[in-house]
Amino acid sequence: MPKRRLKELCINKEWCKGCGICIEFCPKGVLELDTQDKAVPVRNEDCVVCRLCEMLCPDLAIDIVEEEEAE
Amino acid sequence: MPVKDYIRERFFPHIWCSGCGHGTVLNVLIRVIERLGLNKSDIVIVSGIGCSSRIAGYLDFHTMHTLHGRALAFATGIKLNRPELNVIVPMGDGDALAIGGNHFIHAARRNIDITAIVMNNRIYGMTGGQYSPLSGYGIFASTAPYSSVDQSFDVAELAAAAGATFVARSTTYHVNEAAQMIQKAILHKGFSVVEIMSQCPTYFGRKNRQGDAVDMLKYMRDTTTPIGSGAKGQNPELIERGVFVNKELPEYCSAYDEVIRHAMEGR
Amino acid sequence: MGGNLKFVQGNEACVEGALYAGLDFFAGYPITPSTEIAELLASRLPKTGAKFIQMEDEIASICALIGASLTGCKVMTATSGPGFSLIQEGLGYAIMAEIPCVIVNVQRGGPSTGIPTRVHQGDVNQARWGTHGDHAIVALTASNHQDVFAMTVEAFNIAETYRTPVVLLFDEVIGHMRERLVLPEHGEIAMVERLKTSVKEGVDYHPYLPREDGRLPMSDFGGVHRYNVTGLYHDMWGFPSDDSDVVDGLLRHLMDKIENQAAHFPKYREFYTEDADCLFISYGSAARSARHVVERRRRLGERFGLLELQTLWPFPHDIVKEKTAGARYIVVVEMNTGQICQSVRLAVSRPERVFLANRIDGVLITPTDIQRVIRLIYGKGF
Ligand SMILES: Cc1ncc(C[n+]2csc(CCOP(=O)(O)OP(=O)(O)O)c2C)c(N)n1
Ligand code: SF4
Ligand code: SF4
Ligand code: SF4
Repeated sequence: MPKRRLKELCINKEWCKGCGICIEFCPKGVLELDTQDKAVPVRNEDCVVCRLCEMLCPDLAIDIVEEEEAE
Repeated sequence: MPVKDYIRERFFPHIWCSGCGHGTVLNVLIRVIERLGLNKSDIVIVSGIGCSSRIAGYLDFHTMHTLHGRALAFATGIKLNRPELNVIVPMGDGDALAIGGNHFIHAARRNIDITAIVMNNRIYGMTGGQYSPLSGYGIFASTAPYSSVDQSFDVAELAAAAGATFVARSTTYHVNEAAQMIQKAILHKGFSVVEIMSQCPTYFGRKNRQGDAVDMLKYMRDTTTPIGSGAKGQNPELIERGVFVNKELPEYCSAYDEVIRHAMEGR
Repeated sequence: MGGNLKFVQGNEACVEGALYAGLDFFAGYPITPSTEIAELLASRLPKTGAKFIQMEDEIASICALIGASLTGCKVMTATSGPGFSLIQEGLGYAIMAEIPCVIVNVQRGGPSTGIPTRVHQGDVNQARWGTHGDHAIVALTASNHQDVFAMTVEAFNIAETYRTPVVLLFDEVIGHMRERLVLPEHGEIAMVERLKTSVKEGVDYHPYLPREDGRLPMSDFGGVHRYNVTGLYHDMWGFPSDDSDVVDGLLRHLMDKIENQAAHFPKYREFYTEDADCLFISYGSAARSARHVVERRRRLGERFGLLELQTLWPFPHDIVKEKTAGARYIVVVEMNTGQICQSVRLAVSRPERVFLANRIDGVLITPTDIQRVIRLIYGKGF
């Protein structure tokens, strides 16, 4: 079984409106709000690539890029 | 294909408020269409008027932004003449069930193969927070400053009673479940209704002290439960999520093809 | 020729005209005195693979029409009285989004439910101004079944040429009266088919960018070009815009294509207009009585004439002005309180010579009613 691993977590700062939804509901607490009230990933290594944040974001501002890795 | 291939990127960031559930519905809808691998030119989005109806302009399909409440009637004309197209009608709750209530029940009764997505934020967002037929008793709105004395509809019960052959409900908190339901609805042959309970933090949230978008999502998490769950037995107030109706009945366009066949045979 | 001769109601003549024009889709809701149109089409359309639907009301009917038209269909609905009121919202959308469609209104008495089974011509100004906002409209009418047929075909041609809704304003007498109709051979009347874009897939298509001749080639929904359609002011791609230049330009375009371009070819009939001392201006079933009076007076050697309008909107003021130039008296014969009379007064050089001969009790105006007005104008002896 290939294990899912995060390659990149991109936040489109132009589109993010800082609602905090991704931050609150990420099961691993990967994201935070920065000083300009934009979401930023701060604990990428904890990400389990569940893609919940990506789908919850009302502004389509999150792009999860994963890499596939053989176990 | 990445999400950006399905949207008209030049209109982003979109006009919806921070934390508005309508954006999540747009997000979920795109993922479903991507998963289904549908051709962009085979999809028609018909919307009415409201914050929710702005969804049409953001999607790179054939899109029609029509009149308040009338989207299903426009969609009926399209679908009947191009049955091979996937016709999806995203609607606001006022749009679908106040001014458009008649079109809604009749589209359901005909069982025409259209997917109706009711983006239910229980308020009129676009016009500034007036109560809707989904607000319900005791809700505050700009036209219910002393709280609403109107009872609300249950979208799923109404759709089922009107004859929709697929009826489901989810929320903008339960995005994976919502995606599954929209996917099933698009694949279903017949009139399908998916109610997505959505949040309008700007008006509903503020006027009803429900807090911000995050608080409103938690509220939907805590006040809903899957159909048939034990929790419902203990707390009858919980709103059920899931598929309420999934049945087969003659679909309208196919049935009319039969009419044509009879007429051509001279009967 | 025998096979092509029918004895029909006006409503059936309209149906024949629509089928001749290539009607693909009808959506409607029953209402007297237009119902026969829906009933006949429910039977006739599927015989050719075309489609009929009875919607939940007239609002839904016009909306379904617009949707169907966008998929490439020639579309029509038919209604009367209160139904025409319900159509107005969608009619405005069709104007704004430039969607070809034909709306038949077989007029009955109003306001409100009025007199369903009797004749009136009270919707003339509603056809012009019924939907909100500044706009232009095309409305045609006819006084006999051959012309009902011809005007119905013409309505489709205008709708396609200018990407516009066209209103056919018939009336209860015309709709229900039986008369001879000779069906033209296929190809006898020139048809305007939809102008489709030649822009290839992958090349930027502008659904709302007029060509040099003002026409807008269309692309069917479901085709290779994906664009937006809206009732809001919009740019050349069909996306909402509140830019004042866009708003100004679009409204001017919508007015110009009807008030200037479509207005070039008003339809009318004339009888002894050249030397008329007293010229009647009339339309629809009222024009039949007016013509009767003219013929009788001419037999007596009196200089009466008739200008029968078939294009009501855009109002053919140039024609009215020209044909009335030599007349001492102008008498507008209509079954309302003077809706066209008002427009005639604005068009002629001496409005004080315009008189109204009308009837508003639900009964067809008779030659005797008209004679009475003439007697008032000319004095005794008439
Ligand atoms: C015939 C008509 N009446 C009223 C309006 C004004 N109007 C626009 S949107 C709207 C309500 C929107 O509420 P809803 O449908 O629930 O959608 P939301 O904005 O909450 O997404 C109203 C009343 C209109 N556009 N047309
Ligand atoms: S959910 Fe989207 S818009 Fe909201 S804070 Fe996160 S990235 Fe920004
Ligand atoms: S993919 Fe899942 S774990 Fe990773 S940041 Fe998003 S929500 Fe958190
Ligand atoms: S007003 Fe409400 S419904 Fe409208 S965009 Fe804002 S949050 Fe969304």
